[in-house]
Amino acid sequence: MLSIKNLHAKVDDKDILNGINLEVKAGEVHAIMGPNGSGKSTLASIIAGKEEYEITSGDIDLNGESIEDLSAEERAHKGIFLSFQYPVEIPGVSVTNFIKTAINETRKAKGQEEMPAKEMLKLLKDKSNLLEIDRKFLSRSINDGFSGGEKKRNEIFQMAMLEPSVAILDETDSGLDIDALRIVANGVNKLKSSKNAVILITHYQRLLDYIVPDHVHVLYNGKIVKSGNKDLALELEAKGYDWIKEEVKN
Amino acid sequence: MDLKEKLVSSFIAFENQVDIDSYVHDIRTEAIKNFESIGFPTKKNESWKYTSLKQVLDTDYSVFPSKNTALVYSKIEKYLIDDIDSYKIIFVDGIYCSHLSETTHEGMDICLMSSVLNKPKYAPIIENYFNKALKKDGITELNTAFSKEGAFIHIPKNKFVEKPIQIIHFNSGNESSLMLQPRNLIIVDENSQLQIIERHQNLNENEVLTNSVTEIFVNPKSIVDYYKIQNDNKQASIIDTTSIVQEHNSVCTLHTFSLGGKLTRNNLTFAQKGEHIESIMKGITIIEEKQHVDHNTLVHHIKPNCESHQDYKGIFDDSSTGVFNGTVVVEKEAQKTNAFQANNNVLLSDKASINTKPQLEIFADDVKCSHGCTIGQLDKNALFYLKSRGIPEKEAKALLMYGFANNVMQSVKIPELKNRITNIIAGKLGVNIGFNL
Repeated sequence: MLSIKNLHAKVDDKDILNGINLEVKAGEVHAIMGPNGSGKSTLASIIAGKEEYEITSGDIDLNGESIEDLSAEERAHKGIFLSFQYPVEIPGVSVTNFIKTAINETRKAKGQEEMPAKEMLKLLKDKSNLLEIDRKFLSRSINDGFSGGEKKRNEIFQMAMLEPSVAILDETDSGLDIDALRIVANGVNKLKSSKNAVILITHYQRLLDYIVPDHVHVLYNGKIVKSGNKDLALELEAKGYDWIKEEVKN
Repeated sequence: MDLKEKLVSSFIAFENQVDIDSYVHDIRTEAIKNFESIGFPTKKNESWKYTSLKQVLDTDYSVFPSKNTALVYSKIEKYLIDDIDSYKIIFVDGIYCSHLSETTHEGMDICLMSSVLNKPKYAPIIENYFNKALKKDGITELNTAFSKEGAFIHIPKNKFVEKPIQIIHFNSGNESSLMLQPRNLIIVDENSQLQIIERHQNLNENEVLTNSVTEIFVNPKSIVDYYKIQNDNKQASIIDTTSIVQEHNSVCTLHTFSLGGKLTRNNLTFAQKGEHIESIMKGITIIEEKQHVDHNTLVHHIKPNCESHQDYKGIFDDSSTGVFNGTVVVEKEAQKTNAFQANNNVLLSDKASINTKPQLEIFADDVKCSHGCTIGQLDKNALFYLKSRGIPEKEAKALLMYGFANNVMQSVKIPELKNRITNIIAGKLGVNIGFNL
């Protein structure tokens, strides 16, 4: 589904990704872990199409089609979704208007008609129930004055509405209390299917207790230095990253 | 002959059109003398530092239209808000157009200046209010000298005016260039309420310069809601002076939507003559190319326990220029004043500019006054956030601009007007994002 080959990228002349290789198949959950500053969020932003980063070499393919020259919105239309580590506050634009615009613009790009209002309302209702979101929340400005937990729940709500084929969740667990974590994880688990894939970027094992990964990768210095199954995450939780850094050095 | 000389010398011709043995004419005679000595403001005048009238004064304007032009409804329909029942006072080239208007004298006066200026019945009210709210500068004295037509509105006490009033001045374009000087007088007596929408519209590509003066008297416990739509074409310039005098426990809200025109200058003054007054000024400016919009506001807090709120948003593209000059004066007696002023701007191009200058002059010691201004670009992270959800760049920018201006839109109390303005803005931004804010 998503195939990244030998991806190198830099920002302001600083190399951040130094040859990433990643194969994500439909139905899989991948976790990307690693110490601070290893390039995890950069990788997420580059897949989503943030323009500040320059891809110097390598390929990103989605369903066999190269996407690295596409704009962020075109990637979204093809099914890429990024749940932001720090969701942006946009005063004056309500969650509902935002999500309606996003859905209809995506449909427009695919040559489809706008979603009928009734269908949209039902979808809003169903998905807000899934994330245990109060309906009043939908008429508030996007992320404006939201708590950390509300922001993250709002991200997963958007994911539920947009139904992407590849969802990248960038530290969705940070800033969540245990109840919010459970709600968000349940939401993601319900959205998971054999037709889509999820990439979790996280520092901690605890999210992986709820959303169980098929593959765990360790990113260090802009490279995937170790891959394994869910046991690798447990090992990292127990031992930290120093042993990995040592391994790389040797 | 420059415009000033032309205006001064045409005053004699003007006197042939009006009743010179009247109270108002004594004021006009005095005003033309003052204009002759003061003239038009120049950039040397502090409050005109960033707005040069030179580019609009160089044109050889006709100062009186040479003929009466009849307009058909279909030609002006789109400039009216006609999906609501309203009173309409419509002028073409400065001349009242009765077949397009809807006025009344039943229980209140919603009519014309010319129909009241010389009538003995209205003499007391004219003597009490006419020219009483204005600071006598060159621009207003010029208007006063030639004042004979415009809207006259007098609402007696305890009257809730259910239909909004639309005051619209059209320039037919039959003159190759025309100067218009409408003069409006609005008096709302105690405990009454009304809504007004004012618009000036040029109907073709000929130049028009409008020097409009409006005096509004908001008597005790009254509520006035005023909307100015400035969405004219690129041959139209306007200097709009609006002076509002409020008495105790009154509320006056004025919205200015400056969305188009060659040069737009707004002189807006509020004088608070009693206690517990609320004065609210809101504005959205969205301009491009070489357009220029200048908001000059003055709030004069004279008595204790009053409030003023100013919230002006500006979006400037291409090489457009903006000015915000907001003065708040709090007199020594005006304790417990709460004055708030904000001016936020977004520059969409490297060549666009805004000069913003908030000024507080506070002589009382127990007051809450705040002011703030910001100038920035659209937030790149916010743009990426919207785009990452599948919203294309142009629509994403438009959405951010809507969001930026939204709190001003929220306070528009006439839904049809709100829709109209939202559509004008969407049209300007070249998007159809399919929802109303």
